[in-house]
Amino acid sequence: MFMAETILETAHLSKTYEGAGRSTTVLKDVNFSVEAGATMAIVGPSGSGKSTLLGLCAGLDRSSEGTVHLNNILLNNLSEDELARIRNQYVGFIFQNFQLLPTLTALENVMVPLELRGEKNIRSRALALLDKVGLKERVQHYPSQLSGGEQQRVSIARAFSTQPKILFADEPTGNLDAETSEKIIRLLFDLNQEAGTTLIIVTHDLELAARTGRIIKLKGGSIISDQETFINNDLTL
Amino acid sequence: MSQYSNKGRLNFAWLFRMAWHDSRRSRSRLLLFISSIILGIAALVAIYSLRYTVQGDIDKQAKELLGADLVIEANIPAGDALQPLLDSIGDQKATEQSFASMVYFLRTGGTRLVQIRAVEGNYPFYGSIRTNPVNAAKTYQAAQQALVDKTLMLQYQAKLGDSIKIGELTFTIAGEIDKVPGKTGFSAAVAPGIFIPLRYLAATGLSQRGSRINYSYYFKYDNPVDINALVEKIEPRIEDAGFDIDTVEAAKNNTGNSFEDFTSFMNLVSFIALLLGCIGVASAIHIYIREKLNSIAVLRCLGATGKQAFLIYLIQVSLLGLLGSIAGAIAGTAIQFLLPAVLEDFLPVDITMQISWKAIAQGIFVGLLISVLFSLLPLSSIRNIAPLNTLRITETKNRFLRDPLQWLVYLLILAFVLGFSWLQMNNWMQAVVFTIGVLAAFGILAGMAWLIMWVTRKYFPESWSYLWRQGFANLFRPHNQTVILVVAIGLGTTFICLLFFVQHLLTNKVALSSSENQPNMVIFDIQPEQKEPIAAITRKFNLPVIQEVPIVTMRIEEINGITATMARQDSTLDLPRWAFEGEVRSTYRDSLTDTETLLEGKLQTVAPSDTDVRISMEDGYAKRLHVGIGDTIVFNVQGALVSTVVGSLRKVDWNRVQTNFRVIFPKGVLESAPKFHVLITRVPSKESSASFQRAVVSAYPTVSMIDLGLILSVVDDILSKIAFVIRFIGGFSIATGLVVLIASILISKYQRIQETVLLRTLGASRRQVLTITALEYFFLGALAAITGILLALAGGWALAVFSFKTVFAPPVLPTLLIFLSISALTVMIGLFNSRSILNAPPKTADII
Repeated sequence: MFMAETILETAHLSKTYEGAGRSTTVLKDVNFSVEAGATMAIVGPSGSGKSTLLGLCAGLDRSSEGTVHLNNILLNNLSEDELARIRNQYVGFIFQNFQLLPTLTALENVMVPLELRGEKNIRSRALALLDKVGLKERVQHYPSQLSGGEQQRVSIARAFSTQPKILFADEPTGNLDAETSEKIIRLLFDLNQEAGTTLIIVTHDLELAARTGRIIKLKGGSIISDQETFINNDLTL
Repeated sequence: MSQYSNKGRLNFAWLFRMAWHDSRRSRSRLLLFISSIILGIAALVAIYSLRYTVQGDIDKQAKELLGADLVIEANIPAGDALQPLLDSIGDQKATEQSFASMVYFLRTGGTRLVQIRAVEGNYPFYGSIRTNPVNAAKTYQAAQQALVDKTLMLQYQAKLGDSIKIGELTFTIAGEIDKVPGKTGFSAAVAPGIFIPLRYLAATGLSQRGSRINYSYYFKYDNPVDINALVEKIEPRIEDAGFDIDTVEAAKNNTGNSFEDFTSFMNLVSFIALLLGCIGVASAIHIYIREKLNSIAVLRCLGATGKQAFLIYLIQVSLLGLLGSIAGAIAGTAIQFLLPAVLEDFLPVDITMQISWKAIAQGIFVGLLISVLFSLLPLSSIRNIAPLNTLRITETKNRFLRDPLQWLVYLLILAFVLGFSWLQMNNWMQAVVFTIGVLAAFGILAGMAWLIMWVTRKYFPESWSYLWRQGFANLFRPHNQTVILVVAIGLGTTFICLLFFVQHLLTNKVALSSSENQPNMVIFDIQPEQKEPIAAITRKFNLPVIQEVPIVTMRIEEINGITATMARQDSTLDLPRWAFEGEVRSTYRDSLTDTETLLEGKLQTVAPSDTDVRISMEDGYAKRLHVGIGDTIVFNVQGALVSTVVGSLRKVDWNRVQTNFRVIFPKGVLESAPKFHVLITRVPSKESSASFQRAVVSAYPTVSMIDLGLILSVVDDILSKIAFVIRFIGGFSIATGLVVLIASILISKYQRIQETVLLRTLGASRRQVLTITALEYFFLGALAAITGILLALAGGWALAVFSFKTVFAPPVLPTLLIFLSISALTVMIGLFNSRSILNAPPKTADII
């Protein structure tokens, strides 16, 4: 029988912040694993620990307790520079506020992760990706010259540029109107399906969450439910 | 791990590209940051260029400094023993006898003490005495004529062809002296010179025994000879006869060294301006990096290592440092062309200004290095910016004490400051003292700024009106620039104030000694037979004869049986070489004056005929000679040897206008020796001083008179010139402070616009916003100025008490003026650069 490879696995993951003489635990004993190519949503109210969990899983932050394995690599013991290389090679990001570098054009923004890898012929690849997200005519524009939806498209193109094994999206439609949101979501799922990337979305939006294969609900830093969903993106799109 | 360990290598081409791209939106602002170092580099390059140019000019004009290949001089004439040697050297010879004497301008009736230079022969052999008319220097020796310094001509409204009386003889003014080789404008101000033909000197009556004449013998070789070998051969004989030898090489070194000391000092002053600028740059880069936090976090998120992110910004700053340094070097090269005009009175050579590539290269190197070093402090924090900032802003922990790179940078900065000052001073001790001094000054100013912020926050004047409170609160609100501005503007103020205080102290000290009933006129070179008649004239003018003493000149022949020759041959002897060289002016009396205190031994009042002559020696002089009570000294009193024993030691207050002596003989020894007398009096006004001098000099032209009022004006003049030069360079540090102010206003512009827009939206009028801004800059400028003035007051007090041994009374009005000027300047610059902020309309709020 075919067994899908595990791309992400957390075990007894906790995060506590120390400060002003008292400590605050924002994540408590979180355990889950994600198979390669799967789609998953992390949902929960504000302050439930969603972004903290995303940060830990993507190697942006370090846990207080527990472990994170990403692509079978234990992140806990890695140095900052090693984590940076892991992100560059295996991880893609999409942020609520797009996080494009304001001083670079759309094309340059997409090229950055590839440049960091030291790869060749990146311009044509970046152009192809921008073409795919429908921004062929806007490649030389700076982020400030693009609409919110266009900025998020650049961000998606950047995220897929390195063909990451796993893609983390933090409220990808949080700053967009309903119509633009829908377009962005379609684009994100299309590209994801095409590339076979694992997709983890952090969101408040239950409708969006329902489009993924699995929903983890967080409350007070703990998982209160972990359910598979009936995915039918084809039907919804 | 092998799958990704090959990643993250440094691709410099990409790093440069990223640095270039990232700077797109900020280039003009970044240039503004770096402008803070432009002035410091400009000052440095200007001084370096001047140093190299003048050094080159000194080399080129070395022979003109001396006017001959060799000069042999002493304050005694060459006797029969030395004359054959002098006759045997050189192809061309010239002789000069120079001394201080009075000149009397017959047409205008003016009289003053001048330096008479009686010359025979073609001195100077190299260079020329620049005169008007041009050929006067060549022809004046043909007749009973004189060349007179141009400042004297101007002062006494003399014209060519006028007559002047020197001693008993009248000379016609044949030319006006513009410049004498080897002399600076200053020496002309202190002792303006008059050249006369040597053959008329005897007839003036000024060359009698006991007169203080300096004898110089100039030699020129028509064909090149090895001067050093010659000097080595003849030096022992020359020195045994009590003469000194001066060569072109020695003159060049002396002039070069004193000029180097001067430029080193100026360089250190410029360096402080540069350090200030660098602190400004570091502070600006700190704000810049804070703004770039998000971009850096995104880069880190996408896989850039801390090192890569750090290098992107280091490349930006280095390129900017290079640009700033180049701009500074260009400005400095332009400024150096202004310096000769400012400095001409200090320099004994003609300056031929040119571009010095060496100075430019040094300036650019120093600028680049120091701007990078200082920027490393804020840049090093980039390594610690977490990628998590893309999700939420996280508190970056203050890793100052834990980050070894920060410590390394501080150590490098310290090493650089120390190394730079050592390069200027060539003395580790002085370099360490300078470095500690700079650190202390910066530390005190920064400490004061912190204190101000703490006090304003703690004792915030809640009762003030809103506008005043808002302006005042800006001193300590987040992202304030209080510390850097108080340090920069404060240090500039300290410089300018301290210079002013020192100048005031020195002139005050001279002025004080001429005030009240203190003596203010000294008449010397009085021959024994003139003593009574001159005292009579003094009384006739209703002036007091405050002191009247005989002076006998002598030299030391032996100390405890050791002669000059023995001391020279045996370097292990505990005797300073100069002990036998200088002339000792001594007197004889049976009591101490009120400026003297007996420290040790007993004052011998009258020398007994059967035992030793016991002299009284000034304490400090005895220490320098390494002698004490009971040691024997043989004096050569113009040919006659007098054996003495040190009988007592005295402390002397040299600060009084009064004749004080290093050596006092008892009565009964020197009465028959050749001598002259000194008479001290007090003249109540300039007018009575002039008429009294006229009366004395016309009756007794061979006597000399020193008018303290004249000295005061000369001292004032010299100090003003020195102060101007220092202020010129010191001004760079104030200007740097103001550039830092402009930069910091523009850096925080966006934050300011946001606040102003909010205030305007909430209903504040333009006038109210203007008042708040003006008040903020007034507080900032006033506090910086007060801090600087306080530091200068402390420095001035320390100098007055410990160095000048006087009371410190700072001039209130000028200090107040400095305070007001600096505060006003800060407010004006602050408001001028805040125009766009003040004019921002409320609707801007939504585009920020």
